[in-house]
Amino acid sequence: MTLSYLIRRLGAVLLVLVIVTFAVFAVTMILPGNAAVMILGEYGSPDQVAALERQLGLDRPWYTQYFAWVAGMLQGDLGTSLRLGMPVSKVVGDALWNSAVLAVTALVGVTIIAIPLGILAAVRRGTASDLGIGVLAYVGTAMPEFVTATVLLVLLAGPATGLFPAGGYVAPWESMSGYWAHVALPAITLGLVMTAHISRQVRSEMSDVLSSDYIRAARLKGLHERRVIRRHALPNSMAPAVAVISLDVGYLLGGIIVVEEIFAWPGLGRTLIYALENRDLPVIQAVTLVLAMVYALTNLISDIVIALLDPRVRYD
Amino acid sequence: MTSPFRSYPGMVGGLLLLIVGVAALFGPWLAPYDPQQFHPQVRLQGPSAAHWLGTDQFGRDILSRLLHGAPSTVFFGIGATLLGVAAGTIIGVIAGVAGRWVDSVIMRIIDGFLAVPDLLFTLLIVTILGGGMGHAMLAVAVAFTPGMARIARSAVLSIRTREYVLAAVARGESSVYIVGREVMPNAMGPIIVEATIRVSFAIMIGATLGFLGLGAQPPSTEWGLMVAEARQFMFRNPWMVVVPGIAIALAAMGFNLFGDALRDSLDVRRSH
Repeated sequence: MTLSYLIRRLGAVLLVLVIVTFAVFAVTMILPGNAAVMILGEYGSPDQVAALERQLGLDRPWYTQYFAWVAGMLQGDLGTSLRLGMPVSKVVGDALWNSAVLAVTALVGVTIIAIPLGILAAVRRGTASDLGIGVLAYVGTAMPEFVTATVLLVLLAGPATGLFPAGGYVAPWESMSGYWAHVALPAITLGLVMTAHISRQVRSEMSDVLSSDYIRAARLKGLHERRVIRRHALPNSMAPAVAVISLDVGYLLGGIIVVEEIFAWPGLGRTLIYALENRDLPVIQAVTLVLAMVYALTNLISDIVIALLDPRVRYD
Repeated sequence: MTSPFRSYPGMVGGLLLLIVGVAALFGPWLAPYDPQQFHPQVRLQGPSAAHWLGTDQFGRDILSRLLHGAPSTVFFGIGATLLGVAAGTIIGVIAGVAGRWVDSVIMRIIDGFLAVPDLLFTLLIVTILGGGMGHAMLAVAVAFTPGMARIARSAVLSIRTREYVLAAVARGESSVYIVGREVMPNAMGPIIVEATIRVSFAIMIGATLGFLGLGAQPPSTEWGLMVAEARQFMFRNPWMVVVPGIAIALAAMGFNLFGDALRDSLDVRRSH
């Protein structure tokens, strides 16, 4: 990996973020009814609306508003929530932290489970375990999060079993057992789709590698099968796995919106739904930007990891 | 090209699509009861001879509601995908054929849009337009456009330098002829495969919007909305949530499996 590659990728990410700020700003400009109308409600007189618009700076041309908004953001000022009356940075900051707890739990769990599943399916190609993993993968990709979540709730949180609480959030640093109980169902819901993707990707990559000449050479020179897989096949099939994991962060960021809403997890997704329902513009803008930023950074990190894992990756 | 029905995924996917297709086309006529008719004596029941898939909180027949909801659920997915594919293909082909700065500008903008997860993007657009089936469909189509544009562009780029295209250029054919008769027919494979798979995502997103109250509105029997309405009663009659949930999953799985089989038989690799 060269420094110029790194700089170019970083530049591309920055460009994407600038375009995202434009898109988010444009979307909120198109929204019918601006912030002044929303604060005053439908019954505000035109004079009141005009006065408040002046006060909020909404009568300025769009580019002045855009640059004022971006400048505020760069200084950590995301504005004030129209409904909650709190600084957006506080609302979104707390939610981001809670979402991160859920997302990281799901992602770590998925990585631990999906990669061995994919390897198992590739090594035992054509057997019952391969078929089982394949069917699981297809079912997993076809279940929308709200269906998985609802089915899990019926099965595991109902009065009949009552194994898990139906929703809510406990931080791991407050009570470890409470955290596990609350995080289990939302994390499994989010993880199902990702497990399906990742195990399928690992399987197909691993199958390609296992039928290559250097694996045959390794076997012919009498290496133990375990060693062939661990030292020869595995490292060469990891780069695509990293790529699909980073793509799946996109799913994860969409999935948390629904999953947090269903399990009453006080994260970015629940905040966004609340803001959308109440047309709380500054919060909608901030959550969208944060989610897009996390996604862009994930892609950057995964590009770097892939370049480190696989020297054949072209640097242009 | 071999038939996609020759492989197991293709067979299972084809079978699922057949079932879903029959339900979507003829569901309302196959339904044994009126989907909105109350049967107060038999509320929240499990499957029985009279009500094969049980009844809801008003004693309405779940099978009949499911069959009546099939057209709106399935055609939502197909319609949204077709719109998104059409818009994305036009943009992608323009970028791929024009090349140079036009391509760069279009692709940078598309990269920006692709940085926003699909569901988030759809939610934002639905908020702008207001809820409802038509708006939700438009929103999914817009959310699909950048991804489809990217795939169409890469399909065009891989064709553009082939000998038969260069030959058409050398013959002095018009650019409309070259794009329409030489490039597009050969670039359609990856686009069709991606579109088939995306129908399953569109069905899932549509159902999710219905579930969140931003898509289909009551008294519609769209499947996502059925799950949402059943949630209050899910512990008293699990069939109410499980039946429409499984229906959504089967429809999505059908398109997914069939798309995969189609990809194998057309021999295209997913390129993003």
